[in-house]
Amino acid sequence: MDNPALTPERLLETTTLDEAISYLLSEYADAVSLDDREGYQGVIVDSRRLVGIARVIRDDLGFDYLSSATAVDYLGAGDQMEMVYHAYRTSGGGALVFKAQTDRENAEIPSLTSIWRGTDFQEREAWDLMGIHFPGHPNLKRILMWEGFHGHPLRKDWREAYYEEDLKPFDSRWPGGHVHRAEEKNVFGKNVTYPPDIDLGRLIDSSETAVYQSLGLGVDVERIMDKDGFETNELVVNMGPHHPSTHGVFRMVLTVDGETVTSLEPVMGYLHRNHEKIGERNTYLHNIPFTDRLDYISSMGNNHGYVLAVEQLMSLGRKYNRPTYRCEALRVLMVELSRIVNHLWAIGFWLNDIGAFFTPVLYFVQERERILDFFEAVAGSRMMCNYMRFGGLFGDLPERLKSVSNLTNDRVRDYNTMQFLTEMINERVPRTIDDLERLLTQNEILIERSVGVGVLSREDAINYSAAGPLLRGSGVDYDIRRADPYSIYPELDFDVAVEAEGDMYARYRVRVTELRESVRILKQILPRLEATAGESIWADGKPGAYAPRVPHGEAYGRVENGKGELGYYVVSAGGRGGSSNPWRYHVRAPSFINLTPMGIMSRGYKVADIVGILGSIDIVLGETDR
Amino acid sequence: MYGTGLAKGLLLTMRHFVESYVDDIRYGFRKYHHSTDNFGIRQGTKTKGVITVQYPDEKVAVPERFRFVPFLIVEDEDHPTRAGKDWCTSCGICAKVCPPQCIWIVRGNDPNTGRPVPEPEAFFIDIDICMNCGYCAEYCPFDAIKMDHDYELASYDRTTHHIHDKERLSKPNSYWRSIAPTRAYEEMLARGSWEHKDAAKEARRGAASARSSAPRPAVEQPAAAVPAKSEATEPAEASATPASPAEGATPWSEDEAKREERRRKALERKARRAAQRGQ
Repeated sequence: MDNPALTPERLLETTTLDEAISYLLSEYADAVSLDDREGYQGVIVDSRRLVGIARVIRDDLGFDYLSSATAVDYLGAGDQMEMVYHAYRTSGGGALVFKAQTDRENAEIPSLTSIWRGTDFQEREAWDLMGIHFPGHPNLKRILMWEGFHGHPLRKDWREAYYEEDLKPFDSRWPGGHVHRAEEKNVFGKNVTYPPDIDLGRLIDSSETAVYQSLGLGVDVERIMDKDGFETNELVVNMGPHHPSTHGVFRMVLTVDGETVTSLEPVMGYLHRNHEKIGERNTYLHNIPFTDRLDYISSMGNNHGYVLAVEQLMSLGRKYNRPTYRCEALRVLMVELSRIVNHLWAIGFWLNDIGAFFTPVLYFVQERERILDFFEAVAGSRMMCNYMRFGGLFGDLPERLKSVSNLTNDRVRDYNTMQFLTEMINERVPRTIDDLERLLTQNEILIERSVGVGVLSREDAINYSAAGPLLRGSGVDYDIRRADPYSIYPELDFDVAVEAEGDMYARYRVRVTELRESVRILKQILPRLEATAGESIWADGKPGAYAPRVPHGEAYGRVENGKGELGYYVVSAGGRGGSSNPWRYHVRAPSFINLTPMGIMSRGYKVADIVGILGSIDIVLGETDR
Repeated sequence: MYGTGLAKGLLLTMRHFVESYVDDIRYGFRKYHHSTDNFGIRQGTKTKGVITVQYPDEKVAVPERFRFVPFLIVEDEDHPTRAGKDWCTSCGICAKVCPPQCIWIVRGNDPNTGRPVPEPEAFFIDIDICMNCGYCAEYCPFDAIKMDHDYELASYDRTTHHIHDKERLSKPNSYWRSIAPTRAYEEMLARGSWEHKDAAKEARRGAASARSSAPRPAVEQPAAAVPAKSEATEPAEASATPASPAEGATPWSEDEAKREERRRKALERKARRAAQRGQ
């Protein structure tokens, strides 16, 4: 950490988490109180003093990185809305969790965008889905739903169009078995409330005006378009939602002065399915396959974050066994392979974006196919792996990858699993990475396109809660596997990839280094797998229950996924015996929050660079829109 | 020197270009003809160049654990005592554990007593909703529902074809053992017999009562039921020495009272929960 002069106040950075909390409790006794609910952590801050205390937390206590900000609706359990913030130090360590409460009617909590710009999208999301108003937010409007949408869907009393019951499993499935098709049940509009003035036949979306307004245009787009002759020195360009460079349905509204971008606003939500609402209807177990569908390039990592969060909650109970060593080793094996898949994919498609059309992608995807073959043989599916369970895994490694099949070609690709893995880790993946570097790293065209483009400064990266290669490409030495380790990472030997420049090329180099570091980790995992062969993959020695009861409390499980920090905030509001459905299930999606600095990263560059900058952030819309 | 990086990269592309013809020449261009051997050349570890699978003329074999849309196991037609009988006991765990809730089960009732019988009256799976997670197969305590390998389910009319009923879902036990012999073997070890749990119990009870009077009926499945695959030698050995049934296991009927009691309590709990939810 290259801190400027250590003033007496900044010395507090050396305090531990507990000391920091007791400092807050003693210095601001009138505004800060300990969160003493069963299984909860951190402090509750008086929402009127929130901004001041947040500044103390950031500047004096050194918690400079706000990882997650999300809302919880405690309907029927205190009847208040609560914003939960998880702040970390970029030098590493645990979270300082602080919360602000407000009542459900006229919910209002001051905006923290003046302290952490990274709360920008997250507060908009909380407004959109929970209906909390944030005075002081520069651009508070809906982000995932459209502007004409009625209600705030994550509130507990809001019911969706296909509503059946509050909690799964639904009673109509068994023993009565009242079979129906979903669309037969959903008479359009039957259980959705629309504002009285909305014309259902012709849904008019007022968000367009809002988008243009927020770009600081004098709004009248038509007037700008109508400027006669060639005098259009400021123009609005809509890139997307259907644009090949946006990797899905994603839209960027930019104003350009000639070819130069003067402002940019990401518009998202086209793939929104309210994953979190589905997650709150689901049981804990039901959610694991749903997490696969977030960042579908690295579903193993998604599984991992979620099971870590729920295992944290389970560890609050009386009977809890840690996952076995073999289970942890297998998890790391899978997650690191997904990271390789993710980075090969990210680099390949970023190359596509800046003009090297499909040649690099296809070279890299060959190796990805082999890894997916492995996933398919072990977990049963190539991309929607659904591999991890609470306290265990779906299954141990099979002895052979393709043992038998009813097809005629069943001898093709029949490998011993460990041999296949060893060959993949020691030979094929490193060879692919070498090829990748030979093709790209010194390539003059690539360098000219990417060096000095899309620069994000170190301060901005931290302040905008950027994560993953985006953060490390800006010179912040922050990798959760190191900074706040989980699983067996503390005992593994690897370096955190970091580059100081903050441009597209730096992010590319971070990804290449991470590929090599992943291979290094995998090489250490192989002997561990051999040493633990035969050990149970289940913490309790037998498969877990199909409806586990999870004790009361909250947990934030986070992992370093390929795209950045993936966090799951899970609240269990069960009674004495715990609950089998989460009360709150929130995903801190790296693809979503990494888009927050997209505006400042693009300012001043050309339109053709925007495509590359977006590619270098590496987003997946399944995760962005959730 | 400016351009060296570029040239190095182009050399790599050149290598890929040349490699795509190396195998062609080595095998005299026959690797594109559709046959198992040629497919093996193209898909092997040592292959270079074009590796495309010419689907649907060729298909890559799916691994055993591959999962795609569940099916129900019924006893083979040539089974001595239970031919054509469902393995499913309509306990409802698959419907409860299904994340998108695409399984509907009508529990069977005895027409005379009105008591539930361990057999589903109807069973539906909406494959449009099914997310192929495999939980139903994983958590089924009777090994009665399994994930299929048949991924070609396209049809012209989803309204009539995509809700699979019991008839469409049912596949014989031998089919499961042919597509996943290793797993079927592991399940057999866990169950203690190649037979269905209930059948094994019944047989055990029958054996216990028959020990004094009648000769013991043949219970264990003969080793011949093991799929005729060369890899399946292991299961064959195992079936010759089935895990011995637990001594003094409680017969099914003695549990009846307890089960009834449990069921009553569960219904009470459920009603209580529903009442709480309604508040």
